[in-house]
Amino acid sequence: MADDYILELDDVSKFFGTVIALQGVTLKLKRGEVHCLLGDNGAGKSTLIKTLAGVHQPSSGDYRVDGQSVRFKSPREALDRGIATVYQDLALVPLMSVARNFFAGREPRRRVLGVLNVLDMKYANETARDKLAEMGIHVRDASQPVGTMSGGERQCLAIARAIHFGAKVLILDEPTAALGVKQSCNVLKLIHKARERGISVIFITHNVHHAYPIADSFTLLNRGQSMGTFAKTDITKEEVLDMMAGGTEIQSLVDELEGRAA
Amino acid sequence: MSAINESVTHMIQRQRTNAQEAAKPTDERVRKISPWRVLLDRPELGSIAGTVLVFVFFAITAGDSGMFALDGVINWAKVAGYLGILAVGACLLMIAGEFDLSIGSMIGFAGVVVAIPPMYLGWPLWASVIAAFLVCMALGWLNGYLVMRTKLPSFIVTLAFMFILRGLTLVLSTTFANSTIVSGVGSKFDESPLVSGLFSGTTFHGLFSFLASHGIIESFPNGEPVVGGIPKVLLWWIGLAVVAGFVLARTRFGNWIYTVGGDANAAKNVGVPVRRVKISLFVFTAFCACLFGVLQVAEFGSAASDRGLQKEFEAIIAVVIGGTLLTGGFGSVIGACFGAIIFGVVQIGISYTNIDSDWYRVFLGGMLLIAVLFNHYIRSRAASTK
Repeated sequence: MADDYILELDDVSKFFGTVIALQGVTLKLKRGEVHCLLGDNGAGKSTLIKTLAGVHQPSSGDYRVDGQSVRFKSPREALDRGIATVYQDLALVPLMSVARNFFAGREPRRRVLGVLNVLDMKYANETARDKLAEMGIHVRDASQPVGTMSGGERQCLAIARAIHFGAKVLILDEPTAALGVKQSCNVLKLIHKARERGISVIFITHNVHHAYPIADSFTLLNRGQSMGTFAKTDITKEEVLDMMAGGTEIQSLVDELEGRAA
Repeated sequence: MSAINESVTHMIQRQRTNAQEAAKPTDERVRKISPWRVLLDRPELGSIAGTVLVFVFFAITAGDSGMFALDGVINWAKVAGYLGILAVGACLLMIAGEFDLSIGSMIGFAGVVVAIPPMYLGWPLWASVIAAFLVCMALGWLNGYLVMRTKLPSFIVTLAFMFILRGLTLVLSTTFANSTIVSGVGSKFDESPLVSGLFSGTTFHGLFSFLASHGIIESFPNGEPVVGGIPKVLLWWIGLAVVAGFVLARTRFGNWIYTVGGDANAAKNVGVPVRRVKISLFVFTAFCACLFGVLQVAEFGSAASDRGLQKEFEAIIAVVIGGTLLTGGFGSVIGACFGAIIFGVVQIGISYTNIDSDWYRVFLGGMLLIAVLFNHYIRSRAASTK
C-alpha cells in the first residue's frame, strides 16, 4: 500500500546535459524509519538528496510525498511539506548566538506597546536551550556564539532546529563525516531520538560502521544507479560493505599489501 | 562490528539517565567563562575603551582650554554627529557584509540636488529636499541591485558610483551656478520654516536661555546664552542611532542583518531574503548620506562639489573602530557611534592642544590599525571552537 511510504522516488532519473547523474533510481522511505543511503563519492548521493529537497527537479520519474505526486519548485516548498534537509555546511553562522541561529529566518516575536514587533529573545533563548537539552546537548547559555560549539554539537543543533520546526522527514547529508567517534555516536543517538518521535530519516553516509547500527533499511547507490534497497534483517554489514564496492576493493588492497609483505 | 552496535544500543538505553543527570544544574561540559571574557565578546568594548582613552588624553593635554566647556563640547559633538549619521548607515550595511564607497560623493551630490532647483529652476525648497532624498535612495537601491545582481564585490560597484556621483556633482554645479559652489541657499531655508525647522540650526532654545538666565551655563553680556541650543544634527544622529540600534538588536530584520552578513548562503538556506535585506540597507545608507548633505547645506547656506570628500572612509573607520567586522556578521550601532565620537573629539580636540593638527590623520590611521587588529583577534576567538 502506497500509504505506508512517506516519501517515494519511483524510477527517477536526473540528467545534467550529457551527464547522467541518476538513472532509474527507486527509493521508498517508510514512516518512522531510518533509511540509510550509501554510496561512494560520485555515486549520485548529492543529486539524489537535492532532488528530494526540491533543489533539483527529476528529469523523469515520479516523486511522491504521502502518496501524492509532487514537483517542488524550490527547497522552500519541500520544507513546507515537512521535508527538511541538513546539509554539510549546516546553515549556521558561527559568530551568532545559539538562539539566534536556532531561530534564524523564523524568529519568534512579541508585541511591545501594541505596535512594535520585537524579537522574543527570552523565548528564543529558553526554547533553544530546552530543545537542545532534549537532544542531549546542554548549553549553559543560549546567547553564546555557535563558534564556541564543537562540530558534533553544531550538527545536533542543526538537526534539533529542523525537528523543532516540524520536520516530518529529515534528510541528513553526511552528518558524521567530519566528526570523531564520540561525537558521531551523539549524532547517531540524536537520529534515534528523531525516530522515536515518529520522524522519518534519510541518512546519507559512506561509512557503513555509522550506518549499520542505526538504520532500518539501506539503499545502495553506485554510479548513479540504485543497487537495491534492503531491510536490515536481510543483510549483514559485510554484505553491505561488499556491495559498496569498497569492501572488495579494500579486500584486494589488503591482499595485495599482505602479499607484498609476505 | 557488533561492539560498535552494542555500544550505540547501550548509549541509547542510557539516554534517559543521562537526561536526568543533565537536568541538574551542574554539567561537566559547561565551562565557566570569566566576566572579562564576556565583556570581550561585546563588539563595542574597543570603541568605548578608545573613547575613554581619548577623553583622558585630552583632559590632560587640553583640560583647561575650554574644550570641555559647553561650547567646546557642542563643537566636537557636531563633528561626531555628522559622521555618526553616516556611520549608523555604514554600520548596518557592513554588518550585512557590504560597504558603500559612494556615500561621500553622495553627500556632495545631495547638496547640489537640494540647492540647484530652488536657486535656478524656481522649485520650492521642500520639493528639492524630497527630490534629493528620493534620488539618493534610488541610487542606493541601484548600488545594491547591481551588487546583488552581478555578485561583484560592493567595493568595485560603489567605487564606480563614488566617481560617477562626484563627477555629476561637479557637472551640475558648474552648469547651473558656473562655479563649484552653489551659494545663497541660506535665504531659501529662512523662507521655508518647515525645512529649516527640520534641518537648520538648533533646538531647545528656551531651555538654554533659561539655564543661561540662571547662570547655570555661560551667557554673553547681553544675556543670550553662548550656546543657543542643541544642533539639529545631534538630534538626527541620536534618533537614527536609537532606531537603527533597536532594529539591529531587537527585531527580526536585525537578526536577518546578522545572518546575511555572517553567512549569506546559510541565510538563504534558512529562508532569509538575502537580496532584499542587503538592498534595503544600501538604500538606508544612501538615506543617511543624503541627510548628511541636507544638514550641511542648511548649516552653510550653500552646496559645494567637494563636500563629503573622503567621508566614506571616515565612516568606515568609525564603524571599524566601533568593533564591526569588515567581513560582516558582527558589530553594533553603539560601537559605531563611539567611533564617531572618537573622530569628533580628536579632530576638534587636537586644535585645543599644543600638538600640531597635522598629526590628526596619523592618529586616526593608528587608531584604525589597532582597532582592526583587535577585531581580528576577537573574531578568530569567537569563530573557533574552544
